[in-house]
Amino acid sequence: MTRYLKIYGALWQNSVVREMGFKTNFLLWILVEFLWFALQLSFIAVIYQHTDRIVDWTKWQVVLLMSVSHFIQQLFTATFLTNCVQISEHIRTGRMDFLLLLPINTRFLVSLRQVDLGAYVNAASAIAVIIYAGIQLQLTPTLVQVACFLLMCFAGLLIHYALMFLLAVSSFWTVKAQGIVWGYYNLFNIARLPDSAFRGGFKVVFTFVLPMLLVSNVPAKILVNKLSSPLDMLLLVGMSAGLLIVSEAAWRFSLRRYTSASS
Amino acid sequence: MTKYWHIINIGIQNTLVYRTNFIFRSVFGLIPLFATISLWRAIYAGKDGDNVAGYTIAQMTSYYLVITIVDALTAVTEDDWQIAADIKDGNISQFLLKPIDYLYYRLCLYGSGRLVFTACAFLPVTIFLIVQREHFVLPPDWATVGWLAVSLTLTALLQFFISFTMALLAFWVLEVSTFIFILFAFEYIASGHLFPLDILPPGILKVLYYTPFPYQLFFPVNIYLGRVSGTELYQGLAIQACWVVATYFLARFVWSRGIKKYSAVGG
Repeated sequence: MTRYLKIYGALWQNSVVREMGFKTNFLLWILVEFLWFALQLSFIAVIYQHTDRIVDWTKWQVVLLMSVSHFIQQLFTATFLTNCVQISEHIRTGRMDFLLLLPINTRFLVSLRQVDLGAYVNAASAIAVIIYAGIQLQLTPTLVQVACFLLMCFAGLLIHYALMFLLAVSSFWTVKAQGIVWGYYNLFNIARLPDSAFRGGFKVVFTFVLPMLLVSNVPAKILVNKLSSPLDMLLLVGMSAGLLIVSEAAWRFSLRRYTSASS
Repeated sequence: MTKYWHIINIGIQNTLVYRTNFIFRSVFGLIPLFATISLWRAIYAGKDGDNVAGYTIAQMTSYYLVITIVDALTAVTEDDWQIAADIKDGNISQFLLKPIDYLYYRLCLYGSGRLVFTACAFLPVTIFLIVQREHFVLPPDWATVGWLAVSLTLTALLQFFISFTMALLAFWVLEVSTFIFILFAFEYIASGHLFPLDILPPGILKVLYYTPFPYQLFFPVNIYLGRVSGTELYQGLAIQACWVVATYFLARFVWSRGIKKYSAVGG
């Protein structure tokens, strides 16, 4: 365990060095993400010019929900996104062979090689908006609430990771995994919307199969005292554990079929 | 002229390779669309009357559905990245030697790409429209369809010239993707992709109309929905045409400046 922590520390160091090689680019990417976040918030501002509530969500509650979603998404970008996207590249170029030979858990290495530092800055901006929205709503969360919130954010992060990893692993078969990121971003769009706006098959699919409607709705509901029952929290944790198991099974299954690309 | 037909032909064959990718893209693209429509439905359900900012629920739903169609017909997807890569890798050297104009060459490829994408997206989008049919309105009359076709052509040209100019930044900077994303963010909100622009406060809307953004999407969609007509329509089309001419000359100008700077790295 300490060995893995040490390795992760080294990977961090590498990433810092790499990012600082392109400083302007690093700052510009932070700006891009920031713009998109502002865009989503302005959408909410415009909608609430014309209505008081979306089902049972008021303006600042939705702002808080969107920020929670942005927070989780940025944490995901920081830790996993680049790495998951690169998996298909490893397979296509045959670099996967080399990674498999290293005396270390390959999934660990493949998932955590690069750290996207800019995303941590954006995650911090999301926290700032969460706090601001919390003040507008006059929330006074207890310690238990904050702890539950952080725990649920972590579970949500793992759901995103498991799903993206599953998508990326599919490139063992399709080799060229274009559109993986694109398809994934489309899914993510749903995570920042209030779940009560949806019903029927759509809601069932995006709660129990691709639990996008749980990921940020549950932690946001904890903060704004909307959670109807603690069962939702259990469901989120359960789904995240389940998806991780599925993704591990898919990973092992794919590796068994792997026949190397070039070399 | 015939040589450009050949390019279109080659472009179609090349993009047909990605047909599965295109179908996936169009199907995945319907998920957030459905989500946005559901969100609006929830808003309408919480209101007394069938009116939010001058839109009935049917009009609002149609707005987003038409956006999807216009987007499939005119959006620039890969072209800007490819142009930037061509410049970065020195691939454009060969076009400087051949009797082919790079801008027209790219325009042909863009056209054929859109053709294939539209063909691929046709089935999923049509099914989606049929599912949503109770809230989908057709254009009011045939004259509207004609003007829509004119406006769509102008939109496509406008989209292309703006993206082309943006990609030419690759002559000066190594990494253009951030710039493309920043522009895309502005386009996304100011062209009406996220919501109909006229639900914005009138002051902001007025400012927006001084930019090319509304003519990239919002204007043709408005023609379809029959929300502009008469003088307003002709005026809008004239302004749209002016933007197309302006962006064309901008693209030409930036190209000629860039070529002077170009050093054919790796080419």
